[in-house]
Amino acid sequence: MIEAHGLVKRYGSTMAVNDLSFSIRPGMVTGFLGPNGAGKTTTMRMILGLDAPTEGSVTVDGRSYRDLPAPMREVGALLDAKALQGGRRAFDHLLCLAQSNGIPRGRVDEVIRIVGLEGVARRRAKGFSLGMSQRLGIASALLGDPAVLIFDEPVNGLDPDGIQWVRTLMRAQAAEGRTVLVSSHLMSEMALTADHLLVIGKGRLIADTSVDEFVRSSSQQSVHVRSPRAAELAARCREAGATVRAGTGPDARTDPDVIEITGMDSAEVGKLAAAHGITLFELIPVRASLEEAFMELTRESVEYQAAGVTR
Amino acid sequence: MTGATIARTGPDHRAAFPAATFGDVLRSEWTKLRSVRSTFWALTVTVVLGIALGAVISAAAAHGYAKFSVSDKLSWDPTGVSQSGMLIAQAAIAVLGVLYISSEYSSGMIRTSLIAVPKRGRVLAAKSLIFAVVTFVVGEVTCFAAFFVGQALISGHAPHAALGDPGVARAVAGGGLYLIALAVLSVAAGALLRHAAAAIAAMVAVLFVLPGIAQALPDSWRNPVTEFWPTQAGSQLTSVHIAAHSLQPWPGFGVMCLFVAIVYAVAWTLLDRRDA
Repeated sequence: MIEAHGLVKRYGSTMAVNDLSFSIRPGMVTGFLGPNGAGKTTTMRMILGLDAPTEGSVTVDGRSYRDLPAPMREVGALLDAKALQGGRRAFDHLLCLAQSNGIPRGRVDEVIRIVGLEGVARRRAKGFSLGMSQRLGIASALLGDPAVLIFDEPVNGLDPDGIQWVRTLMRAQAAEGRTVLVSSHLMSEMALTADHLLVIGKGRLIADTSVDEFVRSSSQQSVHVRSPRAAELAARCREAGATVRAGTGPDARTDPDVIEITGMDSAEVGKLAAAHGITLFELIPVRASLEEAFMELTRESVEYQAAGVTR
Repeated sequence: MTGATIARTGPDHRAAFPAATFGDVLRSEWTKLRSVRSTFWALTVTVVLGIALGAVISAAAAHGYAKFSVSDKLSWDPTGVSQSGMLIAQAAIAVLGVLYISSEYSSGMIRTSLIAVPKRGRVLAAKSLIFAVVTFVVGEVTCFAAFFVGQALISGHAPHAALGDPGVARAVAGGGLYLIALAVLSVAAGALLRHAAAAIAAMVAVLFVLPGIAQALPDSWRNPVTEFWPTQAGSQLTSVHIAAHSLQPWPGFGVMCLFVAIVYAVAWTLLDRRDA
């Protein structure tokens, strides 16, 4: 269980994290989702005692991280897979971390087996690919057999096999009753991995919801219609309480014959058109993708936006 | 394959495992020190330079002894001559001490280390202690070896020293103690400045540049500077003959230790407070 109360982190005049409160429960994977620069890593650094909060507090099972008697046995963390000294052999890297928390040497061999690095454990880490480094980082997180796991963008740089492996690992860890917090800037990734979502943008909490709930609430339907009498149909739909936008043709240019209707389903639009004798060429229900729903949710809070792309 | 193998016991309560101790951190820091190649090379340089340079200078000085002036003969210090290599060997110790911690900053390892040991003072204390012990062992071996090699080369050409002579055993053994203080200072400087280049530059300034500049000052300024400059004062412990305007061996070493303690305290405070 990770609990944050009114967490604030200010760097000079920049608010990296602004009044975040949440609690992350055991037995599930909690996805920490937000665009780049939203404050995910800063929040994780505060959970792990690397950064001191400007205001507020965050605890792991009731204690601030710095007060944990053997931190690696309670929290396993992977923030940056390349945060190691390349001149050291993978085995020695894990050994020095294990020793610092009184974890027996035998456990080092165990985690090396779990992440599948047996063949390269005696090699110096500077020759490792990003994927191998991620596995080494995950091995170090698992060393203490902790009840809480924190991963910052763990699938970045992994090949499809590696991504699948990390997903399975995180789900298995959660199924054993552990608390798993994993950050990502990709909604599609979280939809596959997480049970619960914390969505942040510009340092503020935007949503704290289950993935199912998020999918349900955000999969707003619209109806795509092409008709020679589109303008007349648009007026009738507005009278019926729907919202109508100008639509685009197949060449992505605005087409006067195309409209996008929200607030009515395709059956209602079809009946309305028939009642007024309006011919329809196309009548297509459109479901917003999760990615679009996420972008919709965080649009205001995206820090770096390409000029002209704003819709 | 993943799930079942990891959860031997599943998530535990705090009572189920022992709290991490300072001894654990010491073991961890020892593993870190011995598992990178730079350690071996820097210590080899210390030993080789300390002994070889001392031997070359001892041989050269002894052969020139016959042509020395009377005053030069009066100030002849066979112990000091045999320890000449330490002047350079200490630079290797200072560089290794700085790198021991600053390489964690340059690689990002420091974040991994501080997540593993969030009681940050322990990391600095363990690094300082491990490196001090290693330096002491290497330093004493080097100083005594350099002394015996040097005296063997000097004898027959000039008066040589024996460990039983007044002040000689203290001066030779003092070399290891001086290096301990230097070792802790360089680790603290690395923690304080966090960049290898900056910290090494600071150590070179403290060891060589500033004392050199002091030599160019007028006497009234130079004397107090050479008397109390930490590394100058500390090195009195390694001298048999105490020159004018310098502290006695143990008070001099005390001044250096005080300086090291102040730098260490500042490094400890900043390490504890700064975001890592």
